[in-house]
Amino acid sequence: MENKILHQPAEFKSNQEVRWCPGCGDHAVLNALHKAMSELGIPKEKFVVISGIGCSSRTPYYMNTYAFHTIHGRAAAISTGVKIANQDLTVFTVTGDGDALAIGGNHFIHFIRRNLNLNMVLLNNRIYGLTKGQYSPTSEEGKITKTSPYGTIEHPFNPGELVLGAQGKFFARSMDTNIKLQTEIMVEAAQFVGASVIEILQNCVIFNDGAYKNINDKETREDHQIILHHGEKMIFGKNRDKGLVLDGFKLKVVTIGQDGYTMDDILTHDAHCQEPFIHMMLINMAYPDYPTAFGIIRAVKGDSYGVKMDQQTAEIMAKSKIKCMDDVLNSGDTWEVK
Amino acid sequence: MLPKISEKLIIKIMAEKKYQNVDLEDVVIRFSGDSGDGMQLTGTLFSETSALVGNDFVTFPDFPAEIRAPQGTVGGVSGFQVHIGHQPVYTPGDYCDVLIAMNPAALKANRRWAKKGAIIIINSDEFTEKNLQRAGYKTLNPIEEDKLEDYNIIFAPINELTKEALKDSDLDQKSILRSKNMFALGICYWMFDRPMEHTIERFEKKFAKVPAVAKANIETLKAGYNYAENIGAFKSTFEVAPSEQQPGKYRSINGNTATAWGLAAAAERAHIQLFCGSYPITPATDILIELTKLRSLGIKALQVEDEIAGICTAIGASFAGSLGVTSTSGPGLALKAEASGLAVITELPLVIIDVQRGGPSTGLPTKTEQADLLQALYGRNGESPMVVLAATTPSDCFYYAFQAAKIALEHMTPVILLTDGFIGNGSEPFRIPKMEDLPEIHPHYADPNDTNYQPYRRDPKTFARYWAKPGIKGLEHRIGGLEKMAITGSVSYVPENHAIMVEERAEKVRRVVEDIPDQEILGDQTGDILMVGWGSTRGHLLTALKTLRKEGKKVGMAQFSYINPLPKNTEDVFKRFKKVIVFEVNTGQFVSYLRSQFGHLDFLQYDKVQGLPFTAIEIVEFVNKMMEE
Repeated sequence: MENKILHQPAEFKSNQEVRWCPGCGDHAVLNALHKAMSELGIPKEKFVVISGIGCSSRTPYYMNTYAFHTIHGRAAAISTGVKIANQDLTVFTVTGDGDALAIGGNHFIHFIRRNLNLNMVLLNNRIYGLTKGQYSPTSEEGKITKTSPYGTIEHPFNPGELVLGAQGKFFARSMDTNIKLQTEIMVEAAQFVGASVIEILQNCVIFNDGAYKNINDKETREDHQIILHHGEKMIFGKNRDKGLVLDGFKLKVVTIGQDGYTMDDILTHDAHCQEPFIHMMLINMAYPDYPTAFGIIRAVKGDSYGVKMDQQTAEIMAKSKIKCMDDVLNSGDTWEVK
Repeated sequence: MLPKISEKLIIKIMAEKKYQNVDLEDVVIRFSGDSGDGMQLTGTLFSETSALVGNDFVTFPDFPAEIRAPQGTVGGVSGFQVHIGHQPVYTPGDYCDVLIAMNPAALKANRRWAKKGAIIIINSDEFTEKNLQRAGYKTLNPIEEDKLEDYNIIFAPINELTKEALKDSDLDQKSILRSKNMFALGICYWMFDRPMEHTIERFEKKFAKVPAVAKANIETLKAGYNYAENIGAFKSTFEVAPSEQQPGKYRSINGNTATAWGLAAAAERAHIQLFCGSYPITPATDILIELTKLRSLGIKALQVEDEIAGICTAIGASFAGSLGVTSTSGPGLALKAEASGLAVITELPLVIIDVQRGGPSTGLPTKTEQADLLQALYGRNGESPMVVLAATTPSDCFYYAFQAAKIALEHMTPVILLTDGFIGNGSEPFRIPKMEDLPEIHPHYADPNDTNYQPYRRDPKTFARYWAKPGIKGLEHRIGGLEKMAITGSVSYVPENHAIMVEERAEKVRRVVEDIPDQEILGDQTGDILMVGWGSTRGHLLTALKTLRKEGKKVGMAQFSYINPLPKNTEDVFKRFKKVIVFEVNTGQFVSYLRSQFGHLDFLQYDKVQGLPFTAIEIVEFVNKMMEE
């Protein structure tokens, strides 16, 4: 469905000077967000951008919408309050791997479980950038950082896995450099009724440069990335000849035309499938055995908190005899003193 | 090995020591039993019925943190004290005239609250060897062991009599015994000449779907009443005649319900949506519970994942144009500290309710204390002044919650309202206000047609910034936790600007003083001693004040509800007296705050930290002692 464009992307830019490092992946994400807002055709004043703390959380200052730069880890909770107070608003929650998955971990899982109609953009650079280079909950095991001089000894989160574990209905992933894909996903996420999480693999040029080099190197990335579209075959590669098949309980990479595999054997992506198992396997595919999955991996219908709340409120209002505070104050046992 | 005794202790009434028939103006009754014995309900029903016959009352529920501590142990005793009078009463009473002890542990735990010579009604069926041991009695004669010979003890075999009364009931034995609290209530109704109709109606309504349960409660209540009449030893000793109350329509209310309703009333008078984000915590949970019941008014009250989410959802709702509130107790206030600072710097309206309890840490969850005052005033990083109010009685929680919301909305500031377990759970008659008599509230909205909206432009009079709700075209703006440039609200690290903003935020809070009443002095307007309290100590101080003035002392009293800012005339109030004594249920937090504000004045202090409210007696004694010094 084409939306009527009310504002050009440039109209969503604030007059503030953008202060991210040159070459930071955040610039691209900001551009994608401006574009997505334009494409959504929603009046500018109906958008709210909420963030926590971290490099990516500076986003609100660069928006010409209503926006709120909050405190570390709490963007999900504050967004929840905004949306429940006024469901007419389209809310984007911009957060990072430390903000959402470490200090804000509790709000993150309940944001997903509650399934309010909110859109989270999670910029995952696998490092703490704003505090200058400490490991994050998504840093790979063994990573040497300022707070892990001998290498980390903890196992990282995969955000998508966490989303599915918390009964997530919408999960998508994009590289920071792929503005087209990000824009597409953001538009879909905003139109999806329920909580959506968009993970952006984002390169920190200063403290974790090359974190995604394996999968995003210009020369080889087509062989290491698979961009999924609902209803389309799961194929990838420079020559579009590689695909995914189900081999027992596992996914397997095959080459079409080799070992007897034909296009018919290749899985067709079903983002709408309620069963999360294939989605989970897609989310967990990792270099070097598998391509990394991008696009909308999961988008399934579910009851949204906001919709249910409105229904419940309407029913209660219709049924209840209590219509105003005078009714409340005079309800139950009372007595007169003359 | 204790000597073996017959199954039950003596069932006879010790009628020989008749209670002196004095014309009491007021009576204090304390119901106590195992935490599963229904003492809170029994006390509540007695209070409500007393109110219906026109008595004034104040209640004090005193219960353990454990929901069902081991049966029969002192740790599991739940008490409910009610003070009724035909003159206004201000406290739940220091000591009781009648103590109901449903088991040995209840006697053990509560006998210290019984006045000398008080009537003690004992459920003798529970005074078995095993139960006496469990309660920590060393002998089989608790009367002798506790030196209760001078008390009027009534041994009533309540279990047996309850079973007898319900012998035709279809209920099982366990369910039958669950009604035994009604037997005790029946005894009290007879003693104090209370009508049973109201309570009977209540059971009929409440258990309409399970008539057997309604019947069991009603029959047992009547049985208790008849039993008291039959043993006839103590009728007509008390006649608590109706009190002289201001005419009007009344209801019983506890502080937590009053707080919830005050917030809801403010939202209605401000024509704004109320949003409450909270997390269950003793003793504040009832505020959330009461607000969740009001959805038909469009109030959104949510139980969220933690304390921090409680305040953060409320801040989000305020940003979106609702009145955001969050309710909690001390440990929760600590968790909310960082986010409350965000509300300070973003200058959004927000009401934080702290129903204080004994601390530190988990402390005494079900016991009262006033020890969060300094946390409320200063418990945030940076220079982050906040308006702090304190309610003084269960029913005035309504007005201070209303006032907290009004200040937050009109001055664009977070406000902390302090109550505590004592007034939060305590109840008293509440003269029902008419909504139209409450003041209108005018939230400090931005002009929707403003073509040059600046988020940190201030009202020259109050210094409040203007509130622009998302959804209004042309007022799009950004706010956040980073220091703001004056007027424009852009991020600013300019040194001079930070100094200006710190001062403007402080000045905004100071200017709230223009909207608050002068501090009232009760009793003598000048004199020897001014008793100063804040929050929930009002009743005890007032009772002490009356006693002291009857004794001819030149004493006044100032009970503070506006803590930050303090009323304009505060210094003048202190200067009218030779000595100023600050009474508080902590180790001197308000007095240290006053000393920091009025360094040139002398303050004496009287503190208590036992998880209990003051007694009026100890206040009188201390004032008298200070008179002499």
